[in-house]
Amino acid sequence: MAIREDVIVIGGGLAGSVAAIEAAETGASVRLVTYKKSTLRHASGLIDVLGYTGDDPIADPFAALGELDDEHPYSITGETAIRDGLARFDEITGEHYQGSHTDANALIPTFGGTVKPTARYPSAAAAGIASDSRPMLIVGFAGMTEYNAEMLADHLDSSGVPFDVTGIECTLPGTYKHDSRVTRFAKRLDINEDVEYNGNTMGSREAVVEEVKPHIGEAERVGFPAFLGDDHTAEVRSDLERLLGVDVFEIPMGPPSYPGIRLSDQLKRAVDEAGVRISDGNPVIDFEADGDELQAVIVDSKGRNVPYHADEFILATGGLVGKGIQSAREAGVTEPVFDCHIPHPEDRYDWFDQEAFGDQPFASFGVRIDDAMRPLDADGNAEFANLRAAGAVIGGADTVAEKSQSGVSLATAVVAGEHAGTNAAKQEVPQ
Amino acid sequence: MSDAEHPTEFSPTASIDEFEPVEVFPETGDMDLRPGSDNCYKCTSCDTSCPVAEVDESFPGPKFQGPEQWRLKRGEDVDIDDSILSCSNCMRCDDACPSSVPLSQMHNTARGEYVEEHMDKLSREYLRNRMLSNYRTMASVASKVPRLSNFVAGLSITSYLGDKIMGIPSERDIPPFATQTFRSWWKQRGGSAVSNPDKQVAYFHGCYSNYNTTEVGKAMVRVFEEFGYEVLVPKQRCSGTPMFANGMLKDARREAEVNVRELGAAIENGADVIASCTSCSMALRQEYPELFDIEGIEELSAHTYEAMEFLRIHEDLHSAIRDSEVDPQAFAYHAPCHARNQGLDRQAVELFRELDGANIEDVGESCSGISGTYGWKSEKYETSMKIGAEMFDHMEHAEGDVGMTECPTCAMQMNHGTGYEIRHPLELLEEALVN
Repeated sequence: MAIREDVIVIGGGLAGSVAAIEAAETGASVRLVTYKKSTLRHASGLIDVLGYTGDDPIADPFAALGELDDEHPYSITGETAIRDGLARFDEITGEHYQGSHTDANALIPTFGGTVKPTARYPSAAAAGIASDSRPMLIVGFAGMTEYNAEMLADHLDSSGVPFDVTGIECTLPGTYKHDSRVTRFAKRLDINEDVEYNGNTMGSREAVVEEVKPHIGEAERVGFPAFLGDDHTAEVRSDLERLLGVDVFEIPMGPPSYPGIRLSDQLKRAVDEAGVRISDGNPVIDFEADGDELQAVIVDSKGRNVPYHADEFILATGGLVGKGIQSAREAGVTEPVFDCHIPHPEDRYDWFDQEAFGDQPFASFGVRIDDAMRPLDADGNAEFANLRAAGAVIGGADTVAEKSQSGVSLATAVVAGEHAGTNAAKQEVPQ
Repeated sequence: MSDAEHPTEFSPTASIDEFEPVEVFPETGDMDLRPGSDNCYKCTSCDTSCPVAEVDESFPGPKFQGPEQWRLKRGEDVDIDDSILSCSNCMRCDDACPSSVPLSQMHNTARGEYVEEHMDKLSREYLRNRMLSNYRTMASVASKVPRLSNFVAGLSITSYLGDKIMGIPSERDIPPFATQTFRSWWKQRGGSAVSNPDKQVAYFHGCYSNYNTTEVGKAMVRVFEEFGYEVLVPKQRCSGTPMFANGMLKDARREAEVNVRELGAAIENGADVIASCTSCSMALRQEYPELFDIEGIEELSAHTYEAMEFLRIHEDLHSAIRDSEVDPQAFAYHAPCHARNQGLDRQAVELFRELDGANIEDVGESCSGISGTYGWKSEKYETSMKIGAEMFDHMEHAEGDVGMTECPTCAMQMNHGTGYEIRHPLELLEEALVN
């Protein structure tokens, strides 16, 4: 039993990281076990709490909590947990995120040309907020097929935003291979590496400015695809603002998504600073239990099964995309580590609706939990006395349609982390 | 409108019991990488984890090198793109992919095929790569006369000619050979100081601990003996790591056959295999079974451990470290990419944080950039140093002025970029635990 902690958290996305920090705050020794890169790294980096319960965006997510079903994770955690989760998030992200001054949702433009109701947003996206009436220019770059600035501007315009908006397609300074264009250019901006532009060699930040400046016109703020640097993004943005003479902001886009990568890196630093130990790169594949008490999880360390012992365990492995939940023809819908019960229709043709944007049953698949975040079996009893869940592995709500996944992750993470930490402390035998 | 046929009567809910899968690609005797290719949903986690694509705009990234190229080359007139030679085989893409696409396996097989079928066997590049991959052969000759070899290697004419004739960057200093190899020391010592048939480990020292940093090998022996293990040092060859990275799969297989046979005999007698180099343990654990079909290769994979990993699992290493102390020293620790792939990137930092006297700081997630033989090629030197820039910067900002890492070539790069002395975690373990 060489590897032993008070609390083991499985999964290193938003929920797992925050649950680990929360548990560590109680004084428990905590280990975070993660496998592959988290889906957070290709998410938008926007932190939503509740955007929709019907067709119209919600102004105040807290005022709308009463409309949710009893089995919605928020109805189980309660409002305090959501606020605690956001407070923890604000503490972790500091000046890199905004939105904590109000309960109301901010409206942030996305690369589809819609506006997303969101509770917290990266400081890099702040100048793009849709309630601001200053005229906007949106810049795109040739070859980025999923991000079309002109279309984006047209969509925003037709959605009735209170400002003038135009889009322009520019050319990225330098030549690139198609697949690695965005990552390479982001790195260039990050370190202001020299690039050839119009026959001259100059810093990549200056080259972008030369390319964009002629199009500024009346605009008082300019939106770029969210690739303005990685580690030094604030510096990149402030250089562009100084040289262009207008505010600069990022528009969250599909993968590769730097806002998601930056948030993921920031969480990892916070986990480390909280004194949490990290085992990264190998999957948890099994467990050892004594009755309804988990003793250890088994980590597949490149073919060797290594037991990791703890008093309390938190399952934060993600949903269907993160592979914390799996589905197959014969096996149905399953949770692969502990085989927790996941309610779902027996006939797989009932898992989805014919309408792509209809009421999709699969979107609510996940474990059901009690008020201590313990996954429940088919009879409504805790699967294990010392296993808790956090994040997208929890079902009971279509968090994608209602724009609530980040809030659900934060709220369930703080409750699970706090319970696990204090329960592990109770089991300590005085020396 | 595309030229695809219009799906006339398609209904997503209709029963598909009569569905007959069409055989798109004819069966071949090759490994079937199609399921891996199909698992890719283009999330770009591999591309954003690739240290080469980040600094070299001519490199299309691991998603192209892996699943996309695999599909492309099913076509009749498409050859493997020569950019496969710019992949450094750091294997970070494997670690990143949430869908478990076997990216490095795809890269290794594509590179092997490219080198075999498209590379001129008389070209300077091929000969140079062949020589670099077969470091063991070169080192075994040079260490017969270590002082002469070190003298010649240190001459500026050697470095000049190396660059001009062989394409070895003159900026790099050829590592010195030990005056006595590890194996010769082992023989002179009379083998293991501990005899214990119930606790045996077979040490895979690899080439570098044998010919160059023999103190790492000696530290391994003393630390394991301190925990009561009898150490065996079977006959062995190169792990194959530099050969995979250069597409020299035939050379790698030749070496692997010896390793599987010799280490397999030790495993049969109850020993586990311990490596002190994280790329050697990576090769034995993952690349061997992925690339070769040799009797006993799975057994070897399942019984191979990195040295500190083994002790953490089987001994109470943390308590032993908590009760020890060393002379005060701060270390700037870099986790090699191949350690990362085995989930070992945090263990040295975790352990030595509890050691009195030691102060250890992780210098971050970036790759050192040398990737074995990669940074030893003149045309890759600049890329190698651009990748390493972040690590050098973090090392210089860390409190420690001594570096630490498990990988011998990362150590060369750390020393090259900062001038720091670089130590292996086993050396600190020895200082802490062995009197």
